[in-house]
Amino acid sequence: MDVVLLSRLQFAAATMFHFLFVPLTLGLSVIIAVMETRYVQTGDETYLRMTKFWGKLFLINFALGVVTGITLEFQFGTNWSRYSAYVGDIFGSLLAIEATVAFFLESTFIGIWIFGWKKLSKKTHAAVMWVVALAGNLSAMWILTANGWMQHPVGYVIRNGRAELSDFGAVITNKFALLELAHMIPAALLLGAFFVMGISAYHLLKKQHVDVSTRSFNMALVFGLVASLAVAATGDMHGVHVAEVQPAKLAAMEAHWETQTQAPIVLFAIPDEENERNLIEIGKIPYILSFLGYHDINAEVKGLRDFPKDERPPVLITLFSFRTMVALGTLFPLLTIIGLVLRKRLMENPWYLWIMVFAIPLPYVAIEMGWVLAEVGRQPWIVYGLLKTADAASPVASSQVLTSLIGFILVYGLLGMVGFYLMFKNAVKGPEPADA
Amino acid sequence: MVLQATWFFIWGLLWALFFMTDGFDFGVGTLYPFLGKSDEDKRKMINSLGPLWDGNEVWLITAGGVTFAAFPLVYAVMFSSLYTALMLILFALILRGVSFEFRGKVDHPLWRKVWDTCIFIGSFVPALLFGVAFGNIFQGVPINQEGIFQGNLFTLLNPYGILGGLLFVALFLVHGALWIAIKTDGDLHDRAAATANRLWPVLLGIIVVFLIATAVFTPLYANYLAYPVLFLVPLVAVAALLGVKYFLTKKAYFKAWFASAATIVFCTFFGVVGLFPNLFPSSIDPAYSLTAFNASSSPLTLRIMLIVVILFIPIVLVYQVWAYVMFSKKLTEEDLSLEEAY
Ligand code: HDD
Ligand code: HEM
Ligand code: HEM
Repeated sequence: MDVVLLSRLQFAAATMFHFLFVPLTLGLSVIIAVMETRYVQTGDETYLRMTKFWGKLFLINFALGVVTGITLEFQFGTNWSRYSAYVGDIFGSLLAIEATVAFFLESTFIGIWIFGWKKLSKKTHAAVMWVVALAGNLSAMWILTANGWMQHPVGYVIRNGRAELSDFGAVITNKFALLELAHMIPAALLLGAFFVMGISAYHLLKKQHVDVSTRSFNMALVFGLVASLAVAATGDMHGVHVAEVQPAKLAAMEAHWETQTQAPIVLFAIPDEENERNLIEIGKIPYILSFLGYHDINAEVKGLRDFPKDERPPVLITLFSFRTMVALGTLFPLLTIIGLVLRKRLMENPWYLWIMVFAIPLPYVAIEMGWVLAEVGRQPWIVYGLLKTADAASPVASSQVLTSLIGFILVYGLLGMVGFYLMFKNAVKGPEPADA
Repeated sequence: MVLQATWFFIWGLLWALFFMTDGFDFGVGTLYPFLGKSDEDKRKMINSLGPLWDGNEVWLITAGGVTFAAFPLVYAVMFSSLYTALMLILFALILRGVSFEFRGKVDHPLWRKVWDTCIFIGSFVPALLFGVAFGNIFQGVPINQEGIFQGNLFTLLNPYGILGGLLFVALFLVHGALWIAIKTDGDLHDRAAATANRLWPVLLGIIVVFLIATAVFTPLYANYLAYPVLFLVPLVAVAALLGVKYFLTKKAYFKAWFASAATIVFCTFFGVVGLFPNLFPSSIDPAYSLTAFNASSSPLTLRIMLIVVILFIPIVLVYQVWAYVMFSKKLTEEDLSLEEAY
């Protein structure tokens, strides 16, 4: 197999695995910080037990997030060295800034939070959790600025055979990156909220730890509601921007072959990329694609046929990941609104609680699908319009990459199993009982 | 020119700080199966690192990130050349990180045994391989005109490279033993102190051999002969090493640990100064070497990054020192009984 394909598989496996843990870190840290703040404000021990219980799950997840992040930081050099040499001037500095301003804060303060319960005042200890939460989201900001630049490069000149920085301000105010951030932060909060609600629902079904679970559920419900609405709203804005700057991705998302005005949307399609058409189309609604892409029903939407064959992303994956994300994106507000209605009588509605238990994996699926859409839809470019993925890999032996890929699969497979087993075990066990 | 040279030294400084901070974590992890006689000893050892190791590891991420930002070509060529070695380091670091978190979560001897082994591997392998990597960089790596590596993992395992590995392991073992001596009392403390005392002459021996071998295998001394005042750097390293012994005999473990930190920093700088301006020298033809001047980012990026580093690294140091001060006291029963402790 060739190095490019192996490197892509390895990078995809490594980032997608990293991103099983990242959103919970981002979302749950904020929720825990709020819980601990309430404890400091009210002195109510239930809030302390909530902080400790969710904190324990948070820490297992955090450890996995940290260790899987390190491999990513170095993979640009090991596997994408031509890419690194080409974009390092801009992309590299964003990663370095991320480490300097965010990772140090996050990693140092989480250590203080874990081991500082007896060494710090209550107030300071809660403040430390806020630092952790903010630093995590700050790191997201910088890494998304880096990713946004690959999606839509700005503020550069091509000089000395590489992309060199010409306008730092433009790079950090890149609209694509800001939209990613605006979409990603609520998505993470949504995931955190569903995680808390799902596990609380389980304990409520078992009629155990009722105080902690009811209160956790209701607190998370607020976050979940706001976040699910925000995710949908920013997703829509994101779609409009994608239509503008990455028209090929938009066309692939919709399996849209023919350039036309008043373009229709299809709810589901099976594309036939060989023959440049769709085999099956279900639920065709006129005007909608023009409207979604440009907020104008008469707008012209460029079809895939008008892109050279070698500049089209894989249609099926792009389409499918987008469909999945959006379908889930409409489900989440529904679930939280039902929750809002039932919140006083949760225990009397076991069907709802069961749904929430089984909903725990859904935000994970939506988030992974979002990234698949963003990254696969960007193909064949690694830096949109500037550098092709095929020209970006390192000149290393494919046997080396194959070996490391197998290593990743084995190590990550094991870690994943152990990590999720421990999360599961601790989640089911529930919070420590209140001191008698 | 000045900007690129400045970045060269910031690059060296970040690696030095990484070795100084995470170095004792590696040392403790490597000593772990030997000094940790009982489960309580073991818990004391990993909890002595508990609050600090993650923040220490970020120095590695920053050193890597800064290599990418300031010298993209070096980042690209160095890390793809050292592909397999770096992957082994990364996997080892993964094992180490999760082992701390996982070990105490299930009460079963076999479970603990597995993670105990991972802690050892995850600490020893990076210590050794970082040394091997730097040894090879000092001596030059077979890269051709296009920056493509003409060798494999075993090319790196040459005598000088292995000597570099042994040097790093020895430095970190002493550093780690001193940290355990600081953080514990009783039997474990005594054993750690005795270990530091026993390892010290070994370290001294390796350093002497290394300094001589450097003259034989590498061009590192050229800069020193051109500017003899630079010999102060290895002299301070040796002085700091003598300081370690001095404070050890006085049982002033904290001071000994500081001296050991200084030894590590100045040993690293001995190499960095000798290397200048090379970052990744080619052993095939010096003309293919990547230097601070032919592999750097644009002046604009270097200037922006300089501002970031000057602004933020001091802030990082302030809160890390705060954390170190908070967690340098001896471990107590209370610390170990924390629900979140490892
Ligand atoms: C939207 C957010 C986001 C995204 C897209 C990524 N990460 Fe990440 N990363 C985080 C958000 C994050 C985090 C929330 O800040 C983590 C998770 C757990 C943690 O400790 O920090 C983290 C950890 C983490 C670490 C360990 C930091 C430490 O030791 O504290 C590294 C080195 C990276 N990441 C690097 C990367 C790279 C190179 C990525 C690009 C492919 C990447 N991450 C994608
Ligand atoms: C963490 C969430 C992310 C996920 C789940 C994700 C997922 C993926 C996937 C599935 C691929 C393979 C695409 C393909 O080859 O067809 C990929 C490629 C890639 N992504 Fe991401 N990605 C994430 C974040 C990022 C970020 C933040 C960056 C940069 C800062 C990035 C940079 C890259 C690069 C360099 C490649 C390899 C080249 C390529 O195949 O295009 N990714 N990613
Ligand atoms: C409700 C409707 C939603 C719409 C209209 C929507 C729209 C979009 C669009 C257009 C992108 C483009 C990405 C690109 O090309 O770069 C995207 C990416 C993404 N989406 Fe969604 N989305 C929705 C719901 C969700 C939900 C519920 C989640 C997760 C909980 C989610 C997570 C993501 C992620 C992680 C990405 C990749 C990162 C990014 O580009 O921000 N989305 N979404």
